[in-house]
Amino acid sequence: MKIIVCVKQVPDTSGKVAVNEDGTLNRASMATITNPDDLNAVEAALQLKDETGAEVIVVSMGPAPAEGMLRELLARGADRAVLVSAREFGGSDTYATSQILAAAIKKIGLEDDDVVFCGRQAIDGDTAQVGPQIAEKLGLPQVSYVADIHKEGDEITCKRMLEDGYMTIKVQTPCLLTCIKELNSPRYMSVDGIFECYQKPYEVYGYETLKDDPLIDPSTIGLKGSPTNIFKSFTPPQKGVGMMLEGADKATCEKLAGMLAAKHII
Amino acid sequence: MSTFNSADIGAFKDVWVFCEQREGKMMSTSFELISEGRKLADERGSQLVGILLGDDVDGIAKELGGYGADKVLVCNHPLLKVYTTDAYTKVICDVAMEYKPEVMLLGATNIGRDLGPRCAARLHTGLTADCTHLDIDMDKYINYLDTSSTLDLSNMKFNMEDRNLKMTRPAFGGHLMATIICPRFRPCMATVRPGVMKKAEFDQAKADACVIEHPAFTLSESDIHTQVTEVVKAAKKLVDLIGADVVVSVGRGISKDVEGGIKLAEELAEVLGGVVGGSRAVIDNGWLSADHQVGQTGKTVHPKIYVALGISGAIQHKAGMQDSECIIAVNKNETAPIFEVADYGICGDLFKVTPMLIEAIKAAKAAK
Repeated sequence: MKIIVCVKQVPDTSGKVAVNEDGTLNRASMATITNPDDLNAVEAALQLKDETGAEVIVVSMGPAPAEGMLRELLARGADRAVLVSAREFGGSDTYATSQILAAAIKKIGLEDDDVVFCGRQAIDGDTAQVGPQIAEKLGLPQVSYVADIHKEGDEITCKRMLEDGYMTIKVQTPCLLTCIKELNSPRYMSVDGIFECYQKPYEVYGYETLKDDPLIDPSTIGLKGSPTNIFKSFTPPQKGVGMMLEGADKATCEKLAGMLAAKHII
Repeated sequence: MSTFNSADIGAFKDVWVFCEQREGKMMSTSFELISEGRKLADERGSQLVGILLGDDVDGIAKELGGYGADKVLVCNHPLLKVYTTDAYTKVICDVAMEYKPEVMLLGATNIGRDLGPRCAARLHTGLTADCTHLDIDMDKYINYLDTSSTLDLSNMKFNMEDRNLKMTRPAFGGHLMATIICPRFRPCMATVRPGVMKKAEFDQAKADACVIEHPAFTLSESDIHTQVTEVVKAAKKLVDLIGADVVVSVGRGISKDVEGGIKLAEELAEVLGGVVGGSRAVIDNGWLSADHQVGQTGKTVHPKIYVALGISGAIQHKAGMQDSECIIAVNKNETAPIFEVADYGICGDLFKVTPMLIEAIKAAKAAK
């Protein structure tokens, strides 16, 4: 059994976010981290590995420096890492990204008892689209927003969160699950893991590696193949200094509620 | 079935809204999307069509007309009673391939965000997630940029003939806004954040006039590869601070009546649809359990609304909440540092202000 985990390196938006004058993100000035939900996906995979001895393979699409993140995940306990990286893949939207990652997963080889894990969404785009789109491209059943996983043989029982409760869903392998932070607490790298992480198998899939897959077509990958394009990006007007309301009586509260309603905050 | 090619953009017309129901009840976001979809259909000069999937749900379809739908396509089937990705994707895609909508909107609910990407991937088209603003007319879009961006529009050129749906959404945690287009493929798909679009006035005459149609589709057990064994409506989770849209936190200011202070926070949280948190002082004193703690040693939250009641605003607390979208602070001390990060501040006694605020918010919500 293999567990393939899709991970992404993202700018750390929890700290200060630097924006260029033209409204694009100043990535160079920001620290990068492993996308938080993806760490939960890796942890879920490692727990299944602890139970079943499955092989855990981490896959990421991104530029060469994403190797650092993948080595860290190897140090946490993953067995093998694949970086999908090529100029042709750059500028991909979620649709194009899912085509490429699906091709990479096919290249790794997906067998009947295998599972693909993704984080629910990445903190840079917050779209939650790549997981389900990979599942569609691979023809796999999907369960998103997974908060609990039990595997028995080739059947996985998931707790799938809704806004107002949850569903219990049974699904057969092979399948794709997207994980949320409620699923677990990610483990740290172990000292042994850090020693081992440079000995573990690490591969780079370039355009040449994947180009024979029908999913890898210039008209469906990269900036040019992406169905969506950024038309404009901009910064919202700066939050002004807070407003101190006058008084602390009924009228004050009504004024505040009125402003919140007018701005659709409530 | 007619042929389907998502790149043949001239073959597509009408604005569609996926109208989500759960347990036979329409989700309120469906009405918001229909109301917004009406505006887009008017800008485009096309029909607004709702698509509703369920089991025996004709009875809740006409109401959509009251918010602007010209027509509702209702797909009834026992296998559509409870949402499954496979069944809903198949039926929506099959019907969409036949009818060829130009625009398709879905609520960015946990279900819409599961269904939307799967449909977009199958239809080979683009999808923009969690939109907060939509335009077709270029002059309306320019007007929007004028009020909601820091761009200098005076030296920008726009193609006034552009009829693409312009989908604007927050990126990087709201630090940036991006407008996305899908120029080469149809339908142009977007999920829309619940609660953002305004629900129109309900019009009974329009509801009566709304056309109900039952498109042909096929669906069988073998199309569905997941099995939903139970749907559990949870009593609201006590403390999901990180996932909550609204957090009402209390601080040392409740010390003179701890129980009363927490009760007020709970009431306000209830009205706003949120949960209660606390500052370090509150947790250290044992007034609330540790899972309620907001701050550097507690949880970092960035809800849509953060209310700080009787919290002075130590750096460690601010670190855990200052990225909230809207911060409201009530504190007796007008120099309390919490006011430096608050969008709205009221200097007063939380025990007096909070009950009035609860009533005012109730009234404002009722008036919507």
